[in-house]
Amino acid sequence: MSAPAPTSSTPSLDAPALDVDALLDDRGTSVLVCCGSGGVGKTTSAAALALRAAERGRRVVVLTIDPARRLAQSLGLEELDNTPRPVADVDTRAGGSLDAMMLDMKRTFDEVVEAHASPQRAKAIFENPFYEAMSSSFSGTSEYMAMEKLGQLRSRASVPGGDGSEPWDLVVVDTPPSRSALDFLDAPRRLSSFLDGRFIRLLLAPARAGGRAYVKVLSGAVSSVTGAMSRVLGAQFLDDLQAFVAGLDAVFGGFRERAEKTYALLASPGTAFLVVATPEEDALREAAYFVDRLGREGMPLAGLVLNRVQTTELPRLSAERAWAAVVQLEDLDGGGEDGTAPETLSRGDHALAAGLLRLHAARMRRLEREQQLAGAFAVEHPGIALVQVPARPKDVHDLDGLRSVAADLGRAT
Amino acid sequence: MPEPEDRREPRGGIAPAGPHDERLLFPGTRLHVVTGKGGTGKTTTAAALAVALSRGGRRVLLCEVEDRQGIARLFDVPPLPYEERTIAATADGGEVVALAVEPRAALLEYLATFYKLGRAGRALDKVGAIDFATTVAPGVRDVLLTGKVYEAVRRRGGRGTGRDGGDTKQRRDGADDPRQHTFDSVVLDAPPTGRIGRFLNVNSEVSGIARMGPVASQADSVMRVLRSPHTRVHLVTLLEEMPVQETLDGVAELQAARLPVGAVVVNQIRSDTLPLELLDGALSGAVPASAVRAGLVEARLVRGDAPGTTLVDGLLAEAREHDERLALQEQQQQALEAVGRPLVELPQLPGGVAHRGLEVLADRLTAQGLA
Repeated sequence: MSAPAPTSSTPSLDAPALDVDALLDDRGTSVLVCCGSGGVGKTTSAAALALRAAERGRRVVVLTIDPARRLAQSLGLEELDNTPRPVADVDTRAGGSLDAMMLDMKRTFDEVVEAHASPQRAKAIFENPFYEAMSSSFSGTSEYMAMEKLGQLRSRASVPGGDGSEPWDLVVVDTPPSRSALDFLDAPRRLSSFLDGRFIRLLLAPARAGGRAYVKVLSGAVSSVTGAMSRVLGAQFLDDLQAFVAGLDAVFGGFRERAEKTYALLASPGTAFLVVATPEEDALREAAYFVDRLGREGMPLAGLVLNRVQTTELPRLSAERAWAAVVQLEDLDGGGEDGTAPETLSRGDHALAAGLLRLHAARMRRLEREQQLAGAFAVEHPGIALVQVPARPKDVHDLDGLRSVAADLGRAT
Repeated sequence: MPEPEDRREPRGGIAPAGPHDERLLFPGTRLHVVTGKGGTGKTTTAAALAVALSRGGRRVLLCEVEDRQGIARLFDVPPLPYEERTIAATADGGEVVALAVEPRAALLEYLATFYKLGRAGRALDKVGAIDFATTVAPGVRDVLLTGKVYEAVRRRGGRGTGRDGGDTKQRRDGADDPRQHTFDSVVLDAPPTGRIGRFLNVNSEVSGIARMGPVASQADSVMRVLRSPHTRVHLVTLLEEMPVQETLDGVAELQAARLPVGAVVVNQIRSDTLPLELLDGALSGAVPASAVRAGLVEARLVRGDAPGTTLVDGLLAEAREHDERLALQEQQQQALEAVGRPLVELPQLPGGVAHRGLEVLADRLTAQGLA
């Protein structure tokens, strides 16, 4: 389809348009999750969506995971205190509001422990050397904690199932740049299957000496396993680990319950997932994986945000034609034998025209390749709604920048 | 040039393979760790570096630890199992061996090799200890992955047989082994910049927790190799604000953890350009639009009697955006230069990186002294 040439519009693809504004305006949408591989602009998209929703009248809280410094500052997130704070300079005329927070993994973990353990027990847990490592420095904890925080925020919101202690009617979450795409989805389940597993009972067995039931269950494996573990880990290490697991045992029950609740919440119709990608091979492959996984899990997918798409002012001047013109002009100028080498950049009367055409040809080559990749995605995932956001020469790090991204997101095609 | 460094043999016992070539930015490096923000081309850079290092008849192991099969895709081979496989060979006898490290298999192998726990290892697996270790306790993954890389860097023997070296003959401490290293160098496609410090430093945390015993001493040995002058951590970036900021943060974090920072690789440098004085002239209005139009008429893109305004304005608008991008890139370039690490540049390959593209990038890395 060759659309008439508006200025710098995104190219059209054969996929249903994602109507972001309708999604944001729908009061039935209470949780919006942005996911995608690293470096595709998830955090910026989440912040832009939250801002747009707020300025269209929703009362929004946005949870960001690891925003770029200047973006964080523009949202008023100078300090990481794990508490949502109002964002200044949001247009509230439509009756909306925007609070933002940045996830503090360690503190979120602490809160969970404090909520489920007696003060004495919490103290013992905090003092165990494993706790420090597990709660702050080991990778992977952020997925658990992001989901925990999402559950917490929503439980305080003014939505069905929330206690209404906060005015929020929409929670927007950014997801951690996970090692494997959907770690955040797997985390709650993985945790509960682990808690029901034999290994944890085995670890707890010595701490519950006399618990005959355990001995019975484990009689066969117990000696070879604990023997193996102390050989590998050392007796001291094993003692610390057992003390840690025993200490967390009480906390785990509550933790599991919450993890399961969060999972159910994600699968409920009030949630909408947006998969964010850039028009590149790797990012689209990850996006395809997300889309398939979400579908299999029965998670409500709203659509795909295709970020940083190359646009053009002159969609009808193809790379091929522009390049032919460059060659012609440079031949006319007698400027060198190999018109393709950058070293032989144009000189002479038509140097400027040839140079501008070179830029356009390169741009169109990128654009054509991107649209080919995106087109292939659309063919393989028919029916997935999609919105394209043009590439910007500059990074976004203030509210105006977010607003302009938001405008592109909201421009229903 | 890198600053002079302590070149003593670390106690881990690694002899540098290959000549101390003057041309090289980091002579004597045996482990190249490649990190970068997501989307900057970290895996591509690691693969191109492995190809470059394999030239001249060398044997290079290319490891990936993120479970994404990025290497198989780049080299256009079927998904890699947890097994060392030759995926590319050079005419002069060099080869790139690939390994996708899988934490579960690495743990079982580790238990079998170091503790002779064949059966007990399976018992651990049965009760879910292996699952616990590799999925629920996330740090353990990193310990295993770095442990496997450490093993590959130090492994000796197995040369000339064309088979994987030393599965059975492998010795627990290769320090006094007179045989040649199995791999002249190892390239690790590592986790992204945001996690690299934690990933590489995980063993010092472990040794802090475990305090003593076999786990602690293994962790200490791994840290010794990672901090030795035979290891270099390279950071891949684009000339964009966020990747550059992450690179700066990453360098600082690595330095604070006493991990040896190598080069900063600036990836996907675009070659679409036109002489700056022309661009400036056009954008400032010093060169009139009519001059552009004349060229377009000459190229028959605009009819001689048509105004051609849309085309001229469109081209100038695109050039203006290009100019803004250049200015931003210039700032980012300066910020990177201020880090004081060698900058290595790689071009953007129009049409993406196919296998042939890796060779082009490898040429560029060699020309700039990274291999």
